[in-house]
Amino acid sequence: MWTVVACLLPLLFVSVFIFGIQTLIITAVSVASCLLVEVASQKALGRKVTVADGSAVITGLLIAYVIPPGVPYLLPVLGAVMAIYIGKHLLGGLGYNIFNPALLARAFLLATFPVAMTSSWLPPLRGMSIFSRLGRPLDAISTATPLAVLKTQGMAAVSQQFGEVPKIYSTFFLGLRPGAIGETSGLLIVLAGLYLMCRKYITWHIPVSVLTAIALLTWIFGGPDYFGGDPLLAILSGGALLGAFFMANDYVTCPTGKIAQLIYGTGIGALTVLIRLKGGYPEGICYAILLMNPLSSVLDDWFKPRRFAPPLGGVK
Amino acid sequence: MTALLTFPKGGVHPPAAKELTASLAIEVMPVPDELEIILGQHIGAPCTPTVAAKDEVKEGQVIGEVVKGLGVPLHAPVSGIVKGLGQSAHPMRVSVPSLLLATNHEAAPASYARRDWRQFGKDELLKMVHGAGIIGIGGAGFPSHVKLNPPPDNPVDTLIINGAECEPYITADHRQMLEASAEIVEGAQIILKILGIENCWIGIENNKPDAIAAMGKAARESSGPGRITVAPLKVKYPQGSEKQLIQALTGRKVPAFALPSAVGVVVHNVGTTKAIHDAVALGKPLYEKVLTVSGRGIARPANLLVKVGTRVSDLVAYLGGVKPELAKVVMGGPMMGFAVSTLEVPVTKTTSSVLFLTEDEIDATPHSPCIRCGWCIEACPMGLEPKEVAIHVEAGRAQDTAKFGVFECFECGCCAYVCPAKRPLVQFIRLAKMKAKKLG
Repeated sequence: MWTVVACLLPLLFVSVFIFGIQTLIITAVSVASCLLVEVASQKALGRKVTVADGSAVITGLLIAYVIPPGVPYLLPVLGAVMAIYIGKHLLGGLGYNIFNPALLARAFLLATFPVAMTSSWLPPLRGMSIFSRLGRPLDAISTATPLAVLKTQGMAAVSQQFGEVPKIYSTFFLGLRPGAIGETSGLLIVLAGLYLMCRKYITWHIPVSVLTAIALLTWIFGGPDYFGGDPLLAILSGGALLGAFFMANDYVTCPTGKIAQLIYGTGIGALTVLIRLKGGYPEGICYAILLMNPLSSVLDDWFKPRRFAPPLGGVK
Repeated sequence: MTALLTFPKGGVHPPAAKELTASLAIEVMPVPDELEIILGQHIGAPCTPTVAAKDEVKEGQVIGEVVKGLGVPLHAPVSGIVKGLGQSAHPMRVSVPSLLLATNHEAAPASYARRDWRQFGKDELLKMVHGAGIIGIGGAGFPSHVKLNPPPDNPVDTLIINGAECEPYITADHRQMLEASAEIVEGAQIILKILGIENCWIGIENNKPDAIAAMGKAARESSGPGRITVAPLKVKYPQGSEKQLIQALTGRKVPAFALPSAVGVVVHNVGTTKAIHDAVALGKPLYEKVLTVSGRGIARPANLLVKVGTRVSDLVAYLGGVKPELAKVVMGGPMMGFAVSTLEVPVTKTTSSVLFLTEDEIDATPHSPCIRCGWCIEACPMGLEPKEVAIHVEAGRAQDTAKFGVFECFECGCCAYVCPAKRPLVQFIRLAKMKAKKLG
């Protein structure tokens, strides 16, 4: 667990330099409330307090990473209650939750505070003035994410605001654009993901299938004509990378079989593109993962590991 | 060099920890004053004593017979006086009946003269193996004469001698392959003659190059008639598991719940092969055992030749006592063995090692809930789902676990070894087997 925490922290540091100290504060609020809610829930439910296992820290980080950094502090607190108490402990505790707790929190907040959750983005800072935004009313500086611009105004507006292709790729890859903390630096997410793969904590199956499905389907359906979409931009924008590497392959809520994982990942990618292109929200990976979560155990039931050898006379 | 043979699915690479004893020659341990001989040493019906209290017995004399059912006789490991029936602590069955024997240190040790076994026919040879009380001493304890007489509808064409010794710490087979290579190869020839076949593989993990060389030399010098080939195996646990070894060497898969003879193979451990040699070529029954006493919690790790019935406490006394850091005593290997709660446990024919492990060598972290990472599924060489079994047992639904393959599990421990939540998966599976049997 702590390795995953360590893999998530570089993103936070980079965000502080891109968006200011505000990101650190919102993350601290989120992590602290998750830890508190974890202790309170386990006490209230008469279970052993296992707050030291690090799972609440991960949830806290992930909640902070998927909400706009400029939201009021109440939001991550409510998110923590939703994620840890309702999403995790009421569903049976660690290992038994059906839905990814952090995404459950995001979906809940997006439905409850739609304005704050869609407009409290911070534009990247100029220079190293990370403390410049303290004490200023946040809504005054809110801005829009590339996916929202793309949805409402089209690709031309994206290019105008965030740069032309191919410069936009590097801008996005490094994270210099408005977005949630977890959307900032694709580079760091990929590096952290590769590290987790090298340590054999995760395998390639889910991230690769999610991203392949997003890229492929965006390429086919995402442009003005068929096969006219921009697959690279689709992967680099929004929460696609964070979702693919840190959310979709959450052990508890994803399938365990490798074939099941490939189907699960492809499903997430397909639903993401469907929501992005046809749905009402600019970004869809959060709902895509939440929709696929409950299918995990079904997929595992369908695709059992192959036994060493069947008994003589076949399986009864 | 071609790729080393191995099994394809699952398996783990635990630290071998064999360096503690690998270079130590087998020592003959002095016989303790009293032996505690468990009557049920093998799979099948336990022996009924054929001697009574105060009887005088001679080394090698039959002291127990199986009256009804599958089994082999039991022999007196030393000359001495029968003290009577007792109860022995047992790592799995809690308490089992045993015979207590007071050693007569004055008696001369039994001597056995070499004889030409090639003059005997199959039935005579089988009778000798049975009469000498030979069972699979690699761990399973299956009576060897049954294995050597496969049903006629399963023609056997290959004999495999298992020298993989994939369990960490244990070096007993390794040392026997170095010190008794010729006897083991001759034992293999005896088995080939009994089975009426010619083809034999000796599978040895590649971390024992000296054993591979020694056995290869002995196989080349063997006067036949069988063809014996030494096959180096990749170092991967559980390479020495019967089904995995057969797959590695022949590519054949033994069906679930079937014996190796179903795919035309018979497997014997090197220790058993040596015992068959002794039984047939010397007429010596099985009442001694080579075992490894190791771990960082014992003063002096060693490979010992001990009498069956020697207590673990006797081993400890002989090897200079335990260290204060000792945390756990395990009979058998660290992967498949059983922890014992008392040192008053006797060595049986199937004891391959006694490990004295310190805090650093075990993981005593309390286990936490399953997070469904699926590592156990990847590690399982049988393609089972240990996590599901454990979750079902925790939820009180052990009776529903047959569909996850609990009865195909041979308890190698790979799942528990990789589990990040430190869940005792093998114990859950053992519990599931017991409950599913009772209810099913």
